[in-house]
Amino acid sequence: MTRDQPLLTVKHLTMRFGGLVAIDDLSFTAQTGEITAIIGPNGAGKTTVFNCLTGFYKPTVGRLTMMRDGTPWLLEQLEDYRISREAGVARTFQNIRIFPQMSVLENLIVAQHVSLMKASGNSVLALFGIGGYRKAERKAVDLARYWLDRVDLTDRADEDAGSLSYGAQRRLEIARAMCTRPSLLCLDEPAAGLNPRESGDLNELLRFVRDEHKIGLLLIEHDMGVVMEISDHIVVLDYGRKIADGLPDQVKNDPAVIRAYLGEDDLAEIGGGN
Amino acid sequence: MTTAGAEAPKIAVKDIFREAGLTALVSLSLLIPVVGFRIANRGGDQFLETRWPEVAIAVALIFFGRMFLILIRNGRLAMPITGGVVIAAIGWLAPIPSEFLRVVAISAGLVIVARAGFVVFTAQQKAATGRGFADGYRKALPWLAAALIVFALVLPFLPFSGRRLIDIAILVLTYVMLGWGLNIVVGLAGLLDLGYVAFYAVGAYSYALLATYFDFSFWICLPLAGLFAGFFGIILGFPVLRLRGDYLAIVTLGFGEMVRVILLNWVSLTKGPDGISGVSRPSFFGLEFKRYPPEGTESFHQFFGLEYSSLHRVIFLYYLILILALATNFFTRRIRTLPTGRAWEALREDEIACRSLGINPRNTKLSAFAIGAMFGGFAGSFFATRQGFISPESFTFLESAIILAIVVLGGMGSQMGVILAAVVLIGIPEYVRDLQEYRMLAFGAGMVLIMSWRPRGLLSHRDPTILLHSSRAKSS
Repeated sequence: MTRDQPLLTVKHLTMRFGGLVAIDDLSFTAQTGEITAIIGPNGAGKTTVFNCLTGFYKPTVGRLTMMRDGTPWLLEQLEDYRISREAGVARTFQNIRIFPQMSVLENLIVAQHVSLMKASGNSVLALFGIGGYRKAERKAVDLARYWLDRVDLTDRADEDAGSLSYGAQRRLEIARAMCTRPSLLCLDEPAAGLNPRESGDLNELLRFVRDEHKIGLLLIEHDMGVVMEISDHIVVLDYGRKIADGLPDQVKNDPAVIRAYLGEDDLAEIGGGN
Repeated sequence: MTTAGAEAPKIAVKDIFREAGLTALVSLSLLIPVVGFRIANRGGDQFLETRWPEVAIAVALIFFGRMFLILIRNGRLAMPITGGVVIAAIGWLAPIPSEFLRVVAISAGLVIVARAGFVVFTAQQKAATGRGFADGYRKALPWLAAALIVFALVLPFLPFSGRRLIDIAILVLTYVMLGWGLNIVVGLAGLLDLGYVAFYAVGAYSYALLATYFDFSFWICLPLAGLFAGFFGIILGFPVLRLRGDYLAIVTLGFGEMVRVILLNWVSLTKGPDGISGVSRPSFFGLEFKRYPPEGTESFHQFFGLEYSSLHRVIFLYYLILILALATNFFTRRIRTLPTGRAWEALREDEIACRSLGINPRNTKLSAFAIGAMFGGFAGSFFATRQGFISPESFTFLESAIILAIVVLGGMGSQMGVILAAVVLIGIPEYVRDLQEYRMLAFGAGMVLIMSWRPRGLLSHRDPTILLHSSRAKSS
């Protein structure tokens, strides 16, 4: 994949809820092997962008193109469950959505539903013991074990996911998303509610995913420490409009960004103090 | 509420008496108008009777019961156990004005003893294994299941079993099968279905109509009835795909009633309220259960050289429903380890997460509806062949409610729980039919008790379908 064909291209994305314009003519790209962060003050429309990308909302205007194995997929035209299946976009949620009453391992096996369904002949053949379902299931367990090791949950694999601590549930959700073998992983505030040590581990994990698995990561985050440390590319939103787009250092010093975060008056105050 | 801790917390006697007294006072104010007065009819005249002894006994029972429960809660067990035994003994021996009151007194005493005993039992379990009751139960489960199956297999030949017991067993097994079928929809897929009886009805009518109009045998009709019911499951499924929880419950409730009303009014096909009679009975591989078989055919007892007994057919029906129920159970346990079953459970937990993982919610829901309905259809055709007569009256909302109650009280998704709940809700009330008018009262009280005592159902424990750390065989 070349630079000319980014992994994800968002063009003129606009989302209106009645009279409210949540996203206004947003365009950006995300590359394979890069962490792209979307930041902005509360209510800037970050999660709405995610919901458009993953099919939970249908955008009012815009074209969302996802390149996977040389094939372009138009996300705005796909049904939500096919976006993960065909276009390879996986996501985590701002308020964690694991399957609490299923075991940790089962959470990761369910994530491989699509390939297991194929291997089991839509469960029908496997019901009568025909076909290679057992083998496929063993493979699925191997992949699950790989990610369990990465997120340090192997010892708790057989416990109910709901009994995990908050930080562990966040890690499980990332592992589950990775078990779908995505090309683009969208993380909605993965560091929210984590303590500094957990947040450091999370940075490690995200770098590992980027470098070892050669996929693109899209990140919504409020924790500027995390964002500045690991992002390769930052998109800043304010009131649904893009106000900056570039490398972390560029964005950090962009006056428009400082204004959006601190407000006009505060900026004047700071300026007055100088 | 505090649970019994390691050291029993101090509790003032005054507080106990105050709480028990307050409870007694509240119940007294309710009991005086409800139990205390009664209008009696004697020789056309109406008298106002008073029943103060009953009120007094009931209030005393409530006072002591409350007191003992507080003591149990605080880890003092000796007094409640002796007290419970004393209450039961008094109920047994003392001159008590009515039989009903006697039963109530005895059972109240026993419940207190059982409650205290349960606390002792779980505490011991915890002390012995470091874990709770659930873990001991999990270990014993495969043995328990095997023992139950063996017991079910030999039941008709046990010395104490007779026509009545086998009839009750057939009834219980029918509900066990319905419970297991509905369990797929409600317990696994988490779709609250209040109209399950519709599929039961579709199965029963499919069998009856196919058998009467086309003269198909039971063994051809059975799969067809299942297919029809499954097809109806899909028809119901489509409009309710977007609904969840309460809304889904209301629509399925409506669907259940619709099917019943159609059966009632489509007189040209279903004979309406008259029902369909003379539904053909099943045969044992072509051998019929008749004393005098039609010319040129042999009947079951002739073929095996047995004395004719009407019990043969009952025992055959018993095994038939046993096999059908076990097939439902086997299927459910197997599908849980397959992608479809796991997707059902994931859908129950979080539909949005499912979509984000590429699971097609439409197909997943429809398959749950269709398969749950199919087993309902099988059970329905069994019902038709057993009764020999069906009418829309058998498929009222109450049936749906009872089946759902079995699933919920048993513990959502628990197979063993369904058996237990079916025995408690169907078997016991049927066995003690002598209590007649108190039957529904006991039924309701039982539900309230179970739900307040174990709000997640009798056996609400769930086993993972796959384990990473041990190769131990899985069961549910």
